[in-house]
Amino acid sequence: MTELNHLTISEALDGLAKGDFTSAELTRANLLAMEEARALNAFVTETPERAMSMAMASDDRRRAGEARPLDGIPIAVKDLYCTEGIRTMAGSHILEGFTPTYESTVTANLWRDGAVLLGKTNLDEFAMGSSNTTSYFGEVHNPWTLAEEPDARLVPGGSSGGSAACVAARIATASTGTDTGGSIRQPASFCGIVGMKPTYGRCSRWGIVAFASSLDQAGPMTRSVRDAALMLTSMAGFDPKDSTSVDRTVPDYAAALTGDIRGLKIGVPKEYRVDKMPPEIEILWQQGVEWMKAAGAEIVDVSLPHTKYALPAYYIVAPAEASSNLARYDGVRYGLRVPGNSLIEMYENTRAEGFGQEVKRRVMIGTYVLSAGYYDAYYLKAQKLRTLIARDFEAAYEKCDLLLTPTAPSTAFKVGDKQDDPIAMYLNDVFTVPANLAGLPGISVPAGLGADGAPLGLQLVGQAFEEETLFRAAGVLEEAAGFTATPALMVGEGA
Amino acid sequence: MTTHPVLKGDTGDWEMVIGLEVHAQVISEAKLFSGSATEFGSAPNSQVSLVDAAMPGMLPVINEKCIEQAVRTGLGLKAEINKFSVFDRKNYFYADLPQGYQISQYLQPIVGKGEIVLDLPDGETRTVGITRLHLEQDAGKSLHDQDPTRTFVDLNRSGVALMEIVSEPDLRGPEEAAAYLRKLRAILRYLGTCDGNMEEGSMRCDVNISVRKVGDNEYGTRCEVKNVNSIRYVMAAIDYEARRQIDHIEDGGTVVQETRLWDTGRGETRPMRDKEEAHDYRYFPDPDLLPLEFDDAFIDGIRATLPELPDEKKERFVTHYGLSVYDAGVLVAERARADFYEAVVSGGPNGRRDPKICANWVITELFGALNKGGHDIDESPITADQLGGLVDLITDDTISGRIAKDVFAEMLETGHDAAAIVDAKGLRQVTDTGAIEGEIDTVLAANQDKVAEYKGGKQKLFGFFVGQVMKATQGKANPKLVNEILRSKLDG
Repeated sequence: MTELNHLTISEALDGLAKGDFTSAELTRANLLAMEEARALNAFVTETPERAMSMAMASDDRRRAGEARPLDGIPIAVKDLYCTEGIRTMAGSHILEGFTPTYESTVTANLWRDGAVLLGKTNLDEFAMGSSNTTSYFGEVHNPWTLAEEPDARLVPGGSSGGSAACVAARIATASTGTDTGGSIRQPASFCGIVGMKPTYGRCSRWGIVAFASSLDQAGPMTRSVRDAALMLTSMAGFDPKDSTSVDRTVPDYAAALTGDIRGLKIGVPKEYRVDKMPPEIEILWQQGVEWMKAAGAEIVDVSLPHTKYALPAYYIVAPAEASSNLARYDGVRYGLRVPGNSLIEMYENTRAEGFGQEVKRRVMIGTYVLSAGYYDAYYLKAQKLRTLIARDFEAAYEKCDLLLTPTAPSTAFKVGDKQDDPIAMYLNDVFTVPANLAGLPGISVPAGLGADGAPLGLQLVGQAFEEETLFRAAGVLEEAAGFTATPALMVGEGA
Repeated sequence: MTTHPVLKGDTGDWEMVIGLEVHAQVISEAKLFSGSATEFGSAPNSQVSLVDAAMPGMLPVINEKCIEQAVRTGLGLKAEINKFSVFDRKNYFYADLPQGYQISQYLQPIVGKGEIVLDLPDGETRTVGITRLHLEQDAGKSLHDQDPTRTFVDLNRSGVALMEIVSEPDLRGPEEAAAYLRKLRAILRYLGTCDGNMEEGSMRCDVNISVRKVGDNEYGTRCEVKNVNSIRYVMAAIDYEARRQIDHIEDGGTVVQETRLWDTGRGETRPMRDKEEAHDYRYFPDPDLLPLEFDDAFIDGIRATLPELPDEKKERFVTHYGLSVYDAGVLVAERARADFYEAVVSGGPNGRRDPKICANWVITELFGALNKGGHDIDESPITADQLGGLVDLITDDTISGRIAKDVFAEMLETGHDAAAIVDAKGLRQVTDTGAIEGEIDTVLAANQDKVAEYKGGKQKLFGFFVGQVMKATQGKANPKLVNEILRSKLDG
């Protein structure tokens, strides 16, 4: 039998339903894997006791015939989600010792549906980063290694690096991430798993530490498309506590996985062929097109002419919102306080010590672009570009149902690479950022390995609130790609 | 045409140009973006939600009641209501501002241009423009006097809804500023959108003031005076600041645009320290909130529930009751006073008492007595019914106006009905001509010499005889009958 920590959600639900094993057994297997793989630094807080008590409560419900949709499934939660009674620090020193008295809406939905919390995962500080190297708790390592340099450590991508690494390494059956500019999809691609960002407004942002409010969106990270659909069905929903959440019924997303995409129109945007993109990415993308065509989809060439402005617009809007969102971390009410001789000095000391380099960089950029005299030239112009980018998608969706693109312009790079070059780092998000700017759903599906032996994902981007179509096509892509490779630092031998 | 007050300077006559920014706390059960209570005077930090304390991951949700109140106020100010408005973040750091920004409305406020009609002391009225009204969150309160080295923060007020109501620079002196504030407060109270209590801080005022030579069309450089929290201090701050600017200019200086603080203790304005002022607020639309949109039906629904406002009520009191503009103005200044007056007028055996007599008793006697004791109308020991009862006794000649004042004093003290007091004390007016004639005969018989003088042409003595008769009857004789009978006896 497959080791329990290797099961997907749907396999585990199946086994639990049949009585092959209990949630306590499943959870224990994952907790053991967590201990074994601590070197990855995927978790900032482990909650084994809570996990076991939740698992046993789940087993009780199942015995009583009251099993819920995700009952007994052990998951990991990005440490950006506030969890009641469990320290939540968003990867930042400035939230030192902060333990929320409240539970984020999305995690509350998951617990309502029976999921079990294994622990809180590492992330780039305040979700700012594409390599999970900016965390106050140190870098996370990708469980994948290079064929030729097996001792070198790769980044897991970011910002949801811990959430991606723990799912890839078979520590957690699934995890939650958040995606502001690609923070779910890019690490999913780097770690060879499925990462899904829903439509903006599909999941509540209440109780999730804010990075850039108009872009942030919660989503699932899993080892199969079906699992992502199961997770999202529980995570999504209208929340009156979030004015930007949308009041639409949540469908059974897994039911959308019919495997039939005949007649579906898949758009291929020509502007996504960027300079210096490795040929293997281009080849994999073309392969994806062939797979979809073979499954009966119609391929359409489309144009998203403002794509080149997406990254600059993103790196104005996101830091602008962040500079304001992070103003509340001032040492007055919670988290770190470094004393000073005056209020101003206390602010300066606290924020100087509490924030890392990347956060400071973005707060500075954001403050600058909102300043008197620069607002029109930067923030306002970026917002106008954002509108144009959204219109590009609208125009494209008159010709097609979905877009197929690479997820990231490369495989995972080595820890330490690109650290001195923020622009090179920001380029990681070139294919993922447009969907955030337009508020559209996107999913990364593992599709192959690069020449270096590290995984590569393909991305599908859908229309607003058309997650069902997105999952349906992703399921077909997953099936066609038949990605079965496993990372070297995975816990256990697999099947 | 009202003439504006003029300040004399060494170089000529100066005129004040004043605009007011009033922060009015919205009457609502809950805060602007959270469900916390808003009651004044609660224990520190007892009305603070996770949102008010800006805990990580917390989001604002607009309180519709506050929107209604802002629209209601806009309608009361005869202003344009903007069906599309936007909430912005105003970013600055302060210990009692938990989010590090205030949610406010910057470029697209909920209410646009409106107006207020001022009632000036000379009975004139003048229309002053309202520039805009927008909604914003209040900050918390820093308490610097609780500990020698530390500052305490009370977040009860954090997030409470305020309406910032900005006037055009149409005011020309302290009297007009005071009239503006009184009128605005009256309108807000009529509407039930703000209690207007400046002492408790539910209405606060910043004064923008500049000076210019009489006849100049250009505005001078203005200063903003903050922290002026009573009408009296607004007037004092304007007096002080206008004189300061004039003296400064006449001494060869130029006014610097700056924010100044009103120091109540010293009775002067002084510049705020640079640090307190050097803000770049970095306004941008709050991404946690959607633009605020509503339709005409929403506005019409609120319009349908608007009460009669002071201006219309005053107009009606003048035309319907025949009151003077001044008396009508005094009565409508507060809704409770106007209601009291109308309750007096509309009572009695015929359902309508003499409006002028009622106005006299309400304004001169009752308001006079209440003002003396520093009481509001709702603390009156005499109800409208009781005062009406007193008016009835006067109009049906049961008692004279003179006796009525004594009865009124007794009512104030005991809260008893007028009729009961009159009966208990036997104050009923004597209207029996025989009895009065008897008293007159006695008085005339006792003063033969004065009667002779009177008949000899000393007409002034008539009053003496009246007084003697009234004295003999302890004031209860009907004065009109006394007059008539005396005349017939002396002149006849």
